[in-house]
Amino acid sequence: MVQSQEEEHPRKAFGWAARDTSGVLSPFNFSRRTNGADDVTLKILYCGICHSDLHAVRNDWRNTVYPIVPGHEIIGAVTEVGTNVTDLKVGDITGVGCLVGACHTCESCEGDQENYCHRLILTYNSVDRDGTVTYGGYSDHIVVPRRYAVRVPQGLPLAAAAPLLCAGITVYSPMKHYAMTEPGRHLGVVGLGGLGHVAVKMAKAFGLKVTVISTSPAKEKEAIQGLGADDFLVSRDPEKMKASASTMDYIIDTVSAVHSLEPLLALLKLNGKLVMVGAPDKPLSLNTHPLLFGRKAIGGSMIGGMKETQEMMDFCCKHNITADVEVINMDYVNTAMDRLAKSDVKYRFVIDVANSLSN
Amino acid sequence: MVESREEEHPQSQKVFGWAARDSSGVLSPFIFSRRTNLADDVTLKILYCGICHSDLHATRNEWGNTIYPIVPGHEIIGTVTEVGANVTDLKVGDIAGVGCLVGACHTCESCEDDLENYCPRLVFAYNSIDHDGNVTYGGYSDRIVVPSRYAVRVPQGLPLAAAAPLLCAGITVYSPMKFHRMTEPGRHIGVVGLGGLGHVAVKMAKAFGVRVTVVSTSPAKEKEAIQGLGADAFLVSRDAEKMKAAAKTMDYIIDTVSAAHPLEPLMALLKRDGKLIMVGAPDKPLSIHAFPLIFGRKAIAGSMIGGMKETQEMMDFCGKHNITADVEVINMDYVNTAMDRMAKADVKYRFVIDVANSLSKQ
Repeated sequence: MVQSQEEEHPRKAFGWAARDTSGVLSPFNFSRRTNGADDVTLKILYCGICHSDLHAVRNDWRNTVYPIVPGHEIIGAVTEVGTNVTDLKVGDITGVGCLVGACHTCESCEGDQENYCHRLILTYNSVDRDGTVTYGGYSDHIVVPRRYAVRVPQGLPLAAAAPLLCAGITVYSPMKHYAMTEPGRHLGVVGLGGLGHVAVKMAKAFGLKVTVISTSPAKEKEAIQGLGADDFLVSRDPEKMKASASTMDYIIDTVSAVHSLEPLLALLKLNGKLVMVGAPDKPLSLNTHPLLFGRKAIGGSMIGGMKETQEMMDFCCKHNITADVEVINMDYVNTAMDRLAKSDVKYRFVIDVANSLSN
Repeated sequence: MVESREEEHPQSQKVFGWAARDSSGVLSPFIFSRRTNLADDVTLKILYCGICHSDLHATRNEWGNTIYPIVPGHEIIGTVTEVGANVTDLKVGDIAGVGCLVGACHTCESCEDDLENYCPRLVFAYNSIDHDGNVTYGGYSDRIVVPSRYAVRVPQGLPLAAAAPLLCAGITVYSPMKFHRMTEPGRHIGVVGLGGLGHVAVKMAKAFGVRVTVVSTSPAKEKEAIQGLGADAFLVSRDAEKMKAAAKTMDYIIDTVSAAHPLEPLMALLKRDGKLIMVGAPDKPLSIHAFPLIFGRKAIAGSMIGGMKETQEMMDFCGKHNITADVEVINMDYVNTAMDRMAKADVKYRFVIDVANSLSKQ
């Protein structure tokens, strides 16, 4: 007999879940494990709404297990620590991102790259080691192994820090890995949404020249005056794009819709790299000649390891980097999802879980 | 009035070669001219010229940019017959090679980094517009005149006909191996396609001491790959089970295939952080999926020949390790048959024209 989600685990939990591909979220009683020796429990304060949450609740990737409790940009207060946990204590403000488990024995895990472990466990819609489905941060509390919690440095406003747990690490990691942090270099950021706007802020903190590349001319003022970008390029303007040919050392492409890569490759200098962090779910067409004639590369990147996520949080505190957020109550979440689908948000919704999630 | 090719160069010398005159690509005797040897130039009497697949594409106008008549050939080995007053590192009688490049701007960042091959104003050995405004002609001819910067010394001891393909095929695979550091001990490289580029890549990779797997559509090439070239393993790309078993085993892949082909099965062979380097140039767009790149932090990159300093380094490396191409030496009048055979990949692995002995005026 299939156990109900309320009975799977010993502790009662409350959250909002989508029950079918409409993606509409509503109150949901479920359960979580008790705090194990290696675990910490967080009372959730805030949870960012990531575009992945939208894809998942609507089954866009055709792998959703319903009911699904999304949310992987979680900030909370520690309410319990396991006996093996020595460096976090009750009351500490911590974050949980996209990962809650991995094998810990493979080469990726040993290299602090749990995000590339072939047995990684995602915060929601994943199968945990005990065979049950994981539930995310649109809920009152979460229990994770200590390894998957990061300290939130003091001084960061909490609602605005929540999106760093996914959007932040998603752009920070490739910036480090692909060596995009040499001061004076020129970075292009494609797409000015949750990922893109954080990328601009981080790149400026690294001392890079930043050009935002967008289909929307309306975003120029915000990019330059609001976020500090040096330049703004409308990708649908062929003349402007041509004038910018061979000017960028790197490009971070945050766009998850299918789009053409050639015009972006043309912006790169010799040895330039275009890194995809958005995940279009259909194949893209690529003419390989630009890669050969400029020794250019197209790479990908997916979130980051836990050690790196902590490093990113500390970097953001040092440089006072947080996301630009619109804080909402839990019962606004479905409207927020619809607005997110139309990119009608500057630039992340964050759910005020502690104050608005009521049983 | 259009100058005849024989009269193009005011200070000129008559030259004899073979050219294609239309997109049939059929080559036939052709009289033209080259400049006389200037202060920075060297002149080579051409001994051998390899037939590169690019020659086939170009003579048949497959890239849509061919200027006819076209004299192809950019895998040239010859004897220096004249040196300009400013040339100090080559002398008459030296054996030298000329590859794909005969000019660049020499002032841009790429040129200053010894990467003339990425100069926005590079001049190719054939079918390119030289600084004097004339079209360049390649190595299916009796001689060539190039700035000495674009000639490399051929190390003593290398058999000359077999060394000719190094000037293009050799540098094309050597350059990305060095740039992407594929040569670090313990690495595992996949080489896709066992033709002119691929077979040289296998030899070089083994000389670097790395593990090599040849990835090919033809099971018939396995014996040659392993016994003939020294590859460690052979993978038939159409064998789904074998491909699955080889998933995530390679640090790099050098993809030499110029026909359109799916990249996803190759990406799956790469470990995390693996890189697939394209050196073949499919002329139609390929389809790539972002997920393999994102989920394994993998990359697809390109590479095109190499700079002149690197080309000399490659020649010296091949001299040290006794690496040359496997060639079928032919006479000039066999060239059209050779082109047809190459179009069907019917050659192990490069035709080389014995220019000095078979190119005769008619």
